Amino acid sequence: MSTTAVEATTGVNYLNAKYGIRSWLFTTDHKRIALLYLVSITFFFLIGGAAAVLMRLHLIEPQGALLEPATYNKMFSMHGIIMVFFFLIPSIPAVMGNFLVPMMVGARDLAFPRVNLLSWYIYILGGLFTLYAILAGGVDTGWTFYTPLSTTYANGQVMAAALGIFITGFSSILTGLNFVVTIHKMRAPGLTWFRLPLFIWAMYATSIIQILGTPVVAIAIVLVGLERLLHVGIFDPALGGDPILFQHLFWFYSHPAVYIMILPSMGVVSELITCFSKKRIFGYSFIAFSSVAIAVISFLVWGHHMFVSGQSVYAGLVFSALSFAVAIPSAIKVFNWTATLYKGSVSYQAPMLYALGFIGLFTMGGLTGLFLASLATDIHLHDTYFVIAHFHYIMVGGALMGYLGGLHFWWPKMTGRLYPDGWARFSALVIFIGFNLTFFPQFMLGYLGMPRRYAVYPPEFQVLNVMSSAGASILGVGYLIPLVYFIWSMRYGPVAGPNPWGAKGLEWETPSPPPTENFEELPIVEEEAYAYGVKEARVV
Amino acid sequence: MSPHIIPKRTYFLIFAALIGLTALTTYAATVDLGRLNTVIALLIAACKGSLVALFFMHLRWSGRLTQIVAVAALFWLAILLALTLSDYRTRRWTPAAEGWATSSNQFNR
Repeated sequence: MSTTAVEATTGVNYLNAKYGIRSWLFTTDHKRIALLYLVSITFFFLIGGAAAVLMRLHLIEPQGALLEPATYNKMFSMHGIIMVFFFLIPSIPAVMGNFLVPMMVGARDLAFPRVNLLSWYIYILGGLFTLYAILAGGVDTGWTFYTPLSTTYANGQVMAAALGIFITGFSSILTGLNFVVTIHKMRAPGLTWFRLPLFIWAMYATSIIQILGTPVVAIAIVLVGLERLLHVGIFDPALGGDPILFQHLFWFYSHPAVYIMILPSMGVVSELITCFSKKRIFGYSFIAFSSVAIAVISFLVWGHHMFVSGQSVYAGLVFSALSFAVAIPSAIKVFNWTATLYKGSVSYQAPMLYALGFIGLFTMGGLTGLFLASLATDIHLHDTYFVIAHFHYIMVGGALMGYLGGLHFWWPKMTGRLYPDGWARFSALVIFIGFNLTFFPQFMLGYLGMPRRYAVYPPEFQVLNVMSSAGASILGVGYLIPLVYFIWSMRYGPVAGPNPWGAKGLEWETPSPPPTENFEELPIVEEEAYAYGVKEARVV
Repeated sequence: MSPHIIPKRTYFLIFAALIGLTALTTYAATVDLGRLNTVIALLIAACKGSLVALFFMHLRWSGRLTQIVAVAALFWLAILLALTLSDYRTRRWTPAAEGWATSSNQFNR
């Protein structure tokens, strides 16, 4: 009898198979590593969130209510660096991807379990460098580290923070590599590419970006270091360099990085919409290929961040046209999710509320992106609060809503416990309202001309800023409620059972929480993904 | 797929070639060839990289999938270079406005 078979009959699972801190710090179980990531990214989310709270409090008054201007600069830099590199990029891939990719493809673990643990340690090491940079005085370059602010005129802990991001990048590369190999090589018998859950397609597309894009930002950081320490002329015109070259290298990674954040959420939403409509997805192959198309096109559009930087206007024309192309696969997804709802048996449990919120907010974020991809309107809107609102609709309204939706959906699988659905639905509503109240006024502020990254503003913008700050406090409460009931549910929540949502997919064929090696016998798949409405499951 | 076994002799030959090419790079850097200096240094570096990938990393004997992955990486590098150059090669196309010519020419090199 295998270990997993014994565990299945005795109620032993991955959480209680071993005890003690060593059993967690030296684990190679993909599910435990997912939980290590969950705890770590939640920690960084709280730090990044605290910086946002201070910023929004400060902006209640036109002259600033709380912080010195220099401290304000450090706050928005810290907020951006931590939220982008230490929360959003690892969020769904490292937590849900780690937990679900092996289970969804019917494998016992990822292809390289030790590399998986290594990636978490690398992430923590990078995080420690960045925390040091914050405690030792912070940085004021913004999360973009533009030269010459990060080189000639740097006045903070730029190199420590940049080194933290450099190190953490390798964690991201290793996770992506692990997923690509696992998806190619470890699918269960019968699980063909077009039977894979769309979450797997999304994770595959994300992994491609992680592997191909991250090295470039690492190189850009190394070049900044070379210029600062050895005075090699790369970005400094006085040494024969070009500061705009940094922006090219930075955005070659950092624009696709936005898709590292949003593509996994799109994968989650495909799972949620089908489960809570009890219907097979509309246009499976279109959604699958649109994920790959988004990943590829994401590498062709970076110059739209640089329309007013001194980049050639002819290059701007090309980048503008290519940026519009991203709208096509994104729209395909939105239309297909909506079409899936048509004549479905729709229920509005908490994960579904997040998924529906995602569709609305992502659509707004995407469409306002087209304003910024247009050369003429971007000249007016560039570096205003319109940009801040746009990318928060994508990164928070999109990526974070998807993350929370996924967390609510798979929490019973991860912990074996249910959370109170009423509170969960309430918090989804609070987050949706708080989010819109925070960021919709910022569209108006940006359109009216309020620049981003300023510690003070003209008095006529106060009403909209106060609305935004009020929304942020509602949003903050909305995030704290799930933190409380998730922790509560681990001890007091009702037992979930293997499949509380009646969902399809191999991960729901296992007990909750799953045994250490997931499957007693490796499954054989004989049906398509999302075969809702088929009376008996044909997964043997 | 069973791992391909390569005689030690091949490894030593490749190692010698890498050392030789490093020496060549160093020598080429001491000869003033104008713009060709960079081109030659990059060509030698590309040769060295190819040797490492093909022999030390066994790409020559790997399956098609692995080879496609390696080619994809080069394709992405080509995207990076091509679109970045689309900026640098066209900056001069925009005529400088009267009165701004001096200051803008400085950046239009």
